[in-house]
Amino acid sequence: MDVATRGFHGRETDPAHKLPPGQYEARGFPVLTAGPTPQIPLDRWQFTIATEQGKSHSWSWPQLLSLPQEEVHVDIHCVTKWSKFDTVWRGVAVDTLLRNVETSAKFVTAHSYGGYSTNLPLADLRDGKAWIVHEYDGQPLAAEHGGPARLLVPHLYFWKSAKWVTRLALATEDHPGFWEMLGYNNYGDPWREQRYTGD
Amino acid sequence: MTDRREPRRLVWQRAELVDARRETASARTLVFSGPAWTGYMSGQHVDVRLTAEGGYSAERSYSIAAAERPRCFELTVQRLPDGEVSPYFVEEMAIGDEIEVRGPIGGWFAWRPETPDPILLVGGGSGVVPLMAMIRERDRAGSRVPFRLVYSARSVDEALYRDELADRSSTNDRLIVDQIYTRSAPMGYERAPSRISQMDLADLSWAAGSAPRCYVCGPNGFVESVSQLLLALGHAPDMIRTERFGPTGE
Repeated sequence: MDVATRGFHGRETDPAHKLPPGQYEARGFPVLTAGPTPQIPLDRWQFTIATEQGKSHSWSWPQLLSLPQEEVHVDIHCVTKWSKFDTVWRGVAVDTLLRNVETSAKFVTAHSYGGYSTNLPLADLRDGKAWIVHEYDGQPLAAEHGGPARLLVPHLYFWKSAKWVTRLALATEDHPGFWEMLGYNNYGDPWREQRYTGD
Repeated sequence: MTDRREPRRLVWQRAELVDARRETASARTLVFSGPAWTGYMSGQHVDVRLTAEGGYSAERSYSIAAAERPRCFELTVQRLPDGEVSPYFVEEMAIGDEIEVRGPIGGWFAWRPETPDPILLVGGGSGVVPLMAMIRERDRAGSRVPFRLVYSARSVDEALYRDELADRSSTNDRLIVDQIYTRSAPMGYERAPSRISQMDLADLSWAAGSAPRCYVCGPNGFVESVSQLLLALGHAPDMIRTERFGPTGE
């Protein structure tokens, strides 16, 4: 469509990095959450990978911290249109957690404390593309940003990076998660602007 | 919630400004005409795209304030001090000017008249906009569901929809509206200006026992604080729906 908005000039900037279509650069770190922020005591925190065969692999907080840690520098893109460049996270690669997990699943649903869920192809969590992170910018991850730990999948819109993650359920079939059932795209590639159902 | 409609792409549609009114010194309601929408629910938002003559375009999301007539919807836009799009909407856009829109979007922070639960709305600043959409939709649909709004604004001058809220609540005994001021309160107002407290919410909202569905919208700090206060008052986490608003530079 060819619609010019009379009188609008905007502020065309030269962002430090390339922006996906329809995004703008945010300086702060906005918060988007569907409900109240859950408070999760570290001594009760647990992270589990459950396979499609019904086998569970679980880590306590000290066990997660004892795994090899990676520092991750990435740009993040929220479906509400802001992008943030050069964010710095620390945590454990999902590859590391999957190392001893036998599975032929193609899909995964990430479940969070508080009831949130989001679905992804398992391939999108492998090969250095996803982490369970517990530090942001050198500090413990704040609860409102998903602490104690969240999933980080920076190549997809940020709702896929489930806050307060506690469980990855591997599955042979795809099960749409919370936002995916409420009008948002099943995959969510920002570079193809897959914001909503049918994009 | 498990409505799995056929994937149908939301297309960009042309929308023309047909009316506008000033709400406060920094907020304006814009009435647009044009887009054919299906399945509007109050509380939803719309994506807007503004394209400058040189081809540069900017997209944003705004809550829909009203969509009571076919092919017509309203936005209430608060001008952000350093905003790129909001100053255009509030100060510059004239009747007849056009934008593109895509929507309506969002199935969570939304209210349908069929929902039987009593509804508690808690809004901060321009976060009242989607809550106002719900109040308008309730009246439009002739719903008798009990509604209660607690609206926190800095001062009378910055409160949106004051007259309309007073009118609607005075003619409807199942809609209760309470106003909280955080910076300056009007003459004769008993409550000293301060941020919303647990006591305010205990006084002005329904007890958790009546199991209202709660919608909380405002700046992030406001939403964090109110949702934690509601939890402390015994409301169940899954009865509290939140939407965080405002400048992205928090």
